[in-house]
Amino acid sequence: MSRRLINRRPDRGGRIAWGAFPFIVAIVAYFVFSALRLADNPNDKLLPGLASFGAAIHRMAFAQDVRTGEILLWMDTLASLRRLAMGLAVATVLGLIFGIATGVIPYVQAGLSPFIAVLSMVPPMAILPILFIVFGLDELSKVVLIVVGITPFLIRDLAMRVGDMPGELLIKAQTLGASTWQIILRVVLPQITPRLADAIRLSLGPAWLFLISAEAIAATDGLGYRIFLMRRYLAMDVILPYVAWITLLAFLMDWVLRLFNRRFFPWLKNEGS
Amino acid sequence: MSRISVRNLWMEYPGQIVLERINLEVAPGEFCVLIGPSGCGKTTFLRLLLSMEVPTRGEILLDGERLPAEPGPDRGVVFQRYSVFPHLTVIQNVILGLEFAGSRMLGKLYGAARRRAIEDADQVIEAVGLNASRDKYPAQLSGGMQQRLAIAQALIRKPKLLLLDEPFGALDPGTKHQMHDLIIRLWQEQQITIFMVTHDLKEGFTLATRVLTFDKVRTDPDAPGAYGATITFDLPLERRPSDGSR
Repeated sequence: MSRRLINRRPDRGGRIAWGAFPFIVAIVAYFVFSALRLADNPNDKLLPGLASFGAAIHRMAFAQDVRTGEILLWMDTLASLRRLAMGLAVATVLGLIFGIATGVIPYVQAGLSPFIAVLSMVPPMAILPILFIVFGLDELSKVVLIVVGITPFLIRDLAMRVGDMPGELLIKAQTLGASTWQIILRVVLPQITPRLADAIRLSLGPAWLFLISAEAIAATDGLGYRIFLMRRYLAMDVILPYVAWITLLAFLMDWVLRLFNRRFFPWLKNEGS
Repeated sequence: MSRISVRNLWMEYPGQIVLERINLEVAPGEFCVLIGPSGCGKTTFLRLLLSMEVPTRGEILLDGERLPAEPGPDRGVVFQRYSVFPHLTVIQNVILGLEFAGSRMLGKLYGAARRRAIEDADQVIEAVGLNASRDKYPAQLSGGMQQRLAIAQALIRKPKLLLLDEPFGALDPGTKHQMHDLIIRLWQEQQITIFMVTHDLKEGFTLATRVLTFDKVRTDPDAPGAYGATITFDLPLERRPSDGSR
């Protein structure tokens, strides 16, 4: 009974209950305040009630837009995910190539790591105007913003993970007759891939940030575009479900990447470190 | 001809001499054990044999030729830790050396070449007694089994020299004893030349045909780095590679 606080753990049911607690508090608090405001003024737009959410969700996600004939939520989701996927794909490939090269080959490290260290300090949002000028206002500049925003982090993180690999393994590979290329292909790459998935997981937050910022400034569709468009009408009943939807998408992507690691790298699970 | 000749070798770091005046001739098939107090350059000497470092002065000859400037398949190694690849199973770890040799671009063998490699690897895995764990990952193996795997992996390319850096230092006494039997048997079967660093004096005298002790003969209390260690005793033991009794 008198165990220290640090030694007392919730059991499985307790963990679920404790985990659900803040969600329930937030939801209950929202609807209490919403009901209070709506009782004062039935036309209040700031904290809409369930009925307006239902109507807005139906309008955005299940009904065709009268002007374009498209279902807006799906159109926006598709547009945003396409930009995000392209940005992440390009950043991943660049991060992998330059991260491994920087981590493995001393000459590449000497040549590139100071440059990348400086590059990663440039606030990506500050060069967004440049991207708009150079790449125009359409898709390319948004993808490039994501790439510019997360690639330096990916390169540095992966180069560090390569550096963390025990030097003994690289020596051992050489005593087995491996060339630099073979070491990269058979030793470094397979051990770095699960770390890559982790690095991408950490980059998802910034990637979404850059995507929504770029869409807010110049776009004709996309989740970020819609939210900022709806702000003009104070349409909280649309904005809040959109935010929840974006959060769900981000959460799912994180979950898929975690699953990918567990599924494809059985050797990680048992590793001591 | 000597397998290894060391001629007037010095190893210096800035402000510190680690090894000085090392001269050594080692015949093929010898089992040399390097012992001595901590920090007296045994491991540095092994790193020099592996070309992980370059001597400041002097030279090392392997079969009369200067050592290549980087590690290669002519010298196999087993470290105390991190000797095997955690992302590969036992069999994959062992065939890796054959795959590096047989496939320049991919480092991976397929079809008939792969089957031949697996046959060879299975023999070595059998020799170190890991057949039952053939498809396990290193993390699923005990410390002793991981070192068996490391030895199998090092032997697959048939190196002229096998370098062991405290390979059994982290093992319990019973496992250590089994590993001694294993390494003696492999050494006799494969006629391999071995250099082994150990802290364990008894282990050294159990295994070696020749014990080399490293120590400093001169010390300057005001400048601990002024003099390096050298080989103070070079004790040939009676045992021959051919007689198995011990």
